[in-house]
Amino acid sequence: MAATEVEARPPARRADLIGLGALLVAGALIAAIGMRLITGSLAVLATVLLLAVVLGLVFAAVAGGPDTRRRLAPYGLLKPGMLWLALFYLAPLFTLLRASLSTLPSRFAVEAEFDWNFGNYADAFSDFGAQFGRGFLYAGIATLLCVVIGYPLAYVIAFRGGRWRNVLLGLVVVPFFTSYLIRTIAWSSLLADSGPIVGTIEGLQLTGLFEAAGIIDNGRLINTPAAVIGGLTYNFLPFMILPIYVSLEKIDPALVDAAKDLYSTAGAAFRKIVLPLSVPGVFAGTLLTFIPAAGDFINAEYLGNPNTTMVGNSIQDQFLVQNNTPLASAMSFVLMIIIVVAVLSYTKLLGTEELS
Amino acid sequence: MSAPTSSRGAAARWGLNLYAAIGLLYLFVPIAWIVWFSFNEPKGRYNIVWQRFTLENWSDPFSNEALTDAFAQSLKIAAISTAIATLLGSMIAVALSRYSFKGSSGFNLFLVLPLTTPEIVLGSSLATLFLDWDVTRGFTTVVIAHIMFQVSFVALTVRARVRGFDWTLEQAAQDLGASPMRTFWKVTFPLILPGILAAALLSFALSIDDFIITLFTAGSLSTFPLYINGSFRVQFPPQANVLATIILLASVSLLLIGVIRSSRRGVVGSS
Repeated sequence: MAATEVEARPPARRADLIGLGALLVAGALIAAIGMRLITGSLAVLATVLLLAVVLGLVFAAVAGGPDTRRRLAPYGLLKPGMLWLALFYLAPLFTLLRASLSTLPSRFAVEAEFDWNFGNYADAFSDFGAQFGRGFLYAGIATLLCVVIGYPLAYVIAFRGGRWRNVLLGLVVVPFFTSYLIRTIAWSSLLADSGPIVGTIEGLQLTGLFEAAGIIDNGRLINTPAAVIGGLTYNFLPFMILPIYVSLEKIDPALVDAAKDLYSTAGAAFRKIVLPLSVPGVFAGTLLTFIPAAGDFINAEYLGNPNTTMVGNSIQDQFLVQNNTPLASAMSFVLMIIIVVAVLSYTKLLGTEELS
Repeated sequence: MSAPTSSRGAAARWGLNLYAAIGLLYLFVPIAWIVWFSFNEPKGRYNIVWQRFTLENWSDPFSNEALTDAFAQSLKIAAISTAIATLLGSMIAVALSRYSFKGSSGFNLFLVLPLTTPEIVLGSSLATLFLDWDVTRGFTTVVIAHIMFQVSFVALTVRARVRGFDWTLEQAAQDLGASPMRTFWKVTFPLILPGILAAALLSFALSIDDFIITLFTAGSLSTFPLYINGSFRVQFPPQANVLATIILLASVSLLLIGVIRSSRRGVVGSS
C-alpha cells in the first residue's frame, strides 16, 4: 500500500501547477456561467466540468502522498471563498459593464437590451459632470480633514496611551457600532437651525466669522456643503485612525530616544523618524477614507441640499428611482475606473505595497 | 537655556493631548445624542426635537411592529452571512498565511479588490447581475451580497491576526506523533480562534449596519437601516434610538469580554 502510494504520487512541483490550474479553471468557469457567456446546454456542460475539476482536486489530494496534499492544501482552502468572489464580485462587474452599454427600448421598459450603446457614457459626463466633481471634491476635503483630526489622535494613543492604549483604541471604534444612518440623522438634528451648535455659535456672536469662512450659509449650518463634508469626515474617521495607529505602534520608541540622545529636537525626531515610518498607515487610511466617501450618498441626502448632491446620489436615483439602469451602470463604471486609476497612481507616488 | 525649552515642550505636549481629547470627544457627540434621545417623549412623529424625559420607549422597545420586523430581518441576515463568510474567509486566511505557494500574491491582491471598490459600485453591479439572472431580489440576494464583502474582510482580519503565528508548533505536534487532524484541532485552531472570533464580530456589525449594498439587493425586503431610511420621510420613532443603543451596548459588552479574556489569557501564557 505504502509502495503504490509512493509510485502514484506525482512530483511535488507539478502538484503546485495542478492546484493553481484547477482553481483558475474553476473560477473562470463559474464567472463565465455567472456572466451568462455560457448558456443553455453548454452551461450544463460547464457546470459538470466545474464539479469535475473540484472533485478531481479532492481526489488528487486524497490519492497523493502527504507532500502532494501539503502542496494542494492552500488551493483547496482558497477555493470556496475565491469561487464566491468570482461569481458575486467579478461576474457582476461584467454584467454592470454590459448594462452600461445597453438601451432601454422605451421609457417605461424595465429590461435593457445590449447594443453597444456608448451614449450612456456621454450622458453620464454631460448630465452628471457636476455631481462627479462634487463627489470627488467633498471626499478629498473630508479625507484631508480626517488626516488632520486622526493623525494626532492616533499619535497620542500610540505613544502616550501607555496601558490604556487598547481601551482608547476601543473608544475610537465604539461609536461606529451604532447605526450609520442614525448617526447621520443625529448630526442633522445637532446641526439644525434650532440645534445646539448653531445656538452656541450665535450665543458667542461668531456667526459672522463662520459665514466668512464659508461654513455657515445665511445663518444655516444644515443643508450646506460644510455639513455634508463634516458628515463624511465624521463617518469615515475611524478608517483613518486605525491604520495610522497600526503603523505608529510598530515604531520602536528607542529610535526616537536615540535621535534625542544624538541632540535631535523633538520636532526633528518626529519629522525624520516617526513621520516617514507612518507613511504606510497614512496611505492605507487615505484610501480607506476616500474610496467609500467618494461613492457615499447618505451624508449628501441627510445633511445637504439639492445643490450638494454627489455622484452616489445620482447613481442611486437613476438606478432605483428613475429605473434608468443603463445610465446608472455607466456612471457606476466610470466611478470605479476613476478610483482604480487614482489608487494606482497614488500607489506609484507613495510606493508602498501595504494595502490591508 | 534648557528651562524655557522644556516648559515650551510641556505646553506643546499638553496642547497635543488636549487636541486628541477633543477629537475623541467629537467621536461621541452623535452617540450621546442617540442615547439621550432614546429617553425623549417626542411631540408628533419625529424624534429630533427634545421635549421631556421618559422611560416609556425603553419599557417597550418593540412597540413599533414594522421597525421590530426589520430589525429581526437584519439580525437573521447578519447571523447567516457571518457564519458562512467566517468559514470561507478563515480558510482563505489560513491558506495565505500558513503556506507559500504559486500565485499567492495574485490571490492577495484579488482579495483586497472588493474592499477598495465603492459600495455603490458593488451594490449596483450585483443588482445588474440579479436583473440579468431574472432573480427576484430579497432575503437570499442580500445574504449573498453580504457574504461577498464579508469574506474579504474576514480573510484580511484573520490573516493580520495570525501573521506572527509560529507555524513550527504544528511541526512539533506532528513530531510528537499527533495526526494532521489532531494537530489542527488541538494546536492550530485554538491559536487562531481569537482572531476568527474578532473578525466574525466585526463582520456581523458590518452586515447589520450595511445600507448601500443592501438597498440595491433587497427588492421589497426591509432591514433595520432600510426601514429607517424608508420611513424617515414620514416618521422617526424613538424606538429607533432604543434599538441603536441596544446594538451599541451589545457590541461594547462583546468587545469588553474579548479584551478581558485575551488579557487573562496573556497572564496565563506569561506565567
